[in-house]
Amino acid sequence: MTDIERAFSRGKAFIPFMTAGDPDIKTTKSLIKVLADEGADLIEVGIPFSDPTAEGPVIQSANMRGIASGTTTDDVFQAVKELREDGLDVPIAIMTYANVVFSYGTAKFMKKMKDSGFCALILPDVPYEEKTEFSVPASSEGISLISLIAPTSQDRIDKIASDASGFIYCVSSLGVTGMSDSISSDVGEIVRSVKAIRLDIPAAIGFGISNAQSAAAMAELSDGVIIGSAIVNIIAEHGSDSPRYVREFAKGIVSAIR
Amino acid sequence: MGKTRLIAETGAGQHGVATATAAALLGMECEIFMGREDTERQTLNVYRMELLGAKVHAVDTGTATLKDAVSETFREWTRRISDTHYAIGSVMGPHPFPTIVRDFQSVISEEIKAQLLEKEGRLPDAVIACVGGGSNAIGAFYHFIGDESVRLIGCEAAGRGIDSPDTAATINTGRIGIFHGMKSIFCQDRYGQIAPVYSISAGLDYPGIGPEHAQLAKTGRAEYVAVTDDEAVDAFEYLSRTEGIIPAIESAHALSVAMKLAPTMKKDRIIVVNISGRGDKDTAAIARYKREEHQ
Repeated sequence: MTDIERAFSRGKAFIPFMTAGDPDIKTTKSLIKVLADEGADLIEVGIPFSDPTAEGPVIQSANMRGIASGTTTDDVFQAVKELREDGLDVPIAIMTYANVVFSYGTAKFMKKMKDSGFCALILPDVPYEEKTEFSVPASSEGISLISLIAPTSQDRIDKIASDASGFIYCVSSLGVTGMSDSISSDVGEIVRSVKAIRLDIPAAIGFGISNAQSAAAMAELSDGVIIGSAIVNIIAEHGSDSPRYVREFAKGIVSAIR
Repeated sequence: MGKTRLIAETGAGQHGVATATAAALLGMECEIFMGREDTERQTLNVYRMELLGAKVHAVDTGTATLKDAVSETFREWTRRISDTHYAIGSVMGPHPFPTIVRDFQSVISEEIKAQLLEKEGRLPDAVIACVGGGSNAIGAFYHFIGDESVRLIGCEAAGRGIDSPDTAATINTGRIGIFHGMKSIFCQDRYGQIAPVYSISAGLDYPGIGPEHAQLAKTGRAEYVAVTDDEAVDAFEYLSRTEGIIPAIESAHALSVAMKLAPTMKKDRIIVVNISGRGDKDTAAIARYKREEHQ
């Protein structure tokens, strides 16, 4: 079983996100441990980028804090490597932007991911048509480049889903990441059209899931929920003291979706 | 396309004014995104856009200049795409934007060529244009790319100098990267973080360059030189005084290179400088710059 298959093998998956280095890399490590403790099935760690174009204000600010704390790509690799050495076995993915990977050297980046214990990579600014530059070197290290499907993907859903690896990231609403009170687009329809093409690959929903109630509703429609801004908001408020607040939040989500 | 609403980013405000004008003419809704810092140094153009019925959003994220305005316009477009078209302001962004904008702008070189052939019966020896994202430059170069005898010179903003951190000279200081939907050359650090660039000119204050310019630089078909704030301000004043033409501070970068090049050439040679914008918008900011310089 691959790490990602394992992540979706315990029922509906809880996939939390945080930006590394917000407010510092030590807190990021504590947050990963706390989330794994509380039953997170896959953890998405963001490498901060100066210009995160897919993010709303909450995660944009987290990226700025991550950069301000001096957190680099190598620091993120090192942090997860240390957690692995301590025996942490929860699957972990990287979420970042194309230039962070490209400027590091794409092949070198993938090798480092594998050596540090990551299983998947999400690059929201790489469209399907340009993905082989990243997906080919990723798969040669056993890393899945995750495909995103948005309400605007429409007639591209077929080919994106057919070529997807790991899991499919279904974007719940138009626009950037962030917490919305209501998820406007018919994300259920998106998941159904993905499932019509690929039954063998899990589909998780992200963007705009802010609380236990919306998590439960989205878990009904899919195989898992990705929650970013709501967690990042807690980190923004409590800083290095945030792990215990994030623990409470995670408990609520897990009990709502399982 | 069924679109009823136009959005665009703008640096100096020229593209914002142009987009607002087109929207007003066609009765379309129009919203312009402009870095907060640029709304302050280009207040005249902000007023012109508003006068034309556009809503101007001051962007506070990042460095509050052109690159952040581009990011914010992309974000807005993903939020509301069904009725909205993004009229991108330079030869940049994802395909096919660089090609679309280049085709529109290429009317400049078409015109230069036709007029020169009519008046002088020959091609120019050099064409000089300023380069931020590079739209006016690619427009001025395009129909001369096949004419090897014509020197093509792009002028980047060196800001306070290409050896200082306060520069926007992408080709002179950057390297290949992927950003804003294109693979091209960008000012960035070793981890690929996009650099907070600087120039006195809001229109050249961008950390990347259109991919076609990156190609022209790589093949050597066009040369790209860096011009400092001081040199651009000198050229701005020179043309105002000698010709009564106040050039945009962006275009003054190109003019500065022409002033250096002309004395090295024979008197019968022809240099074309693309004055891509007018400088009324810059007079207040330049006056302020001169006061600070004298303190």
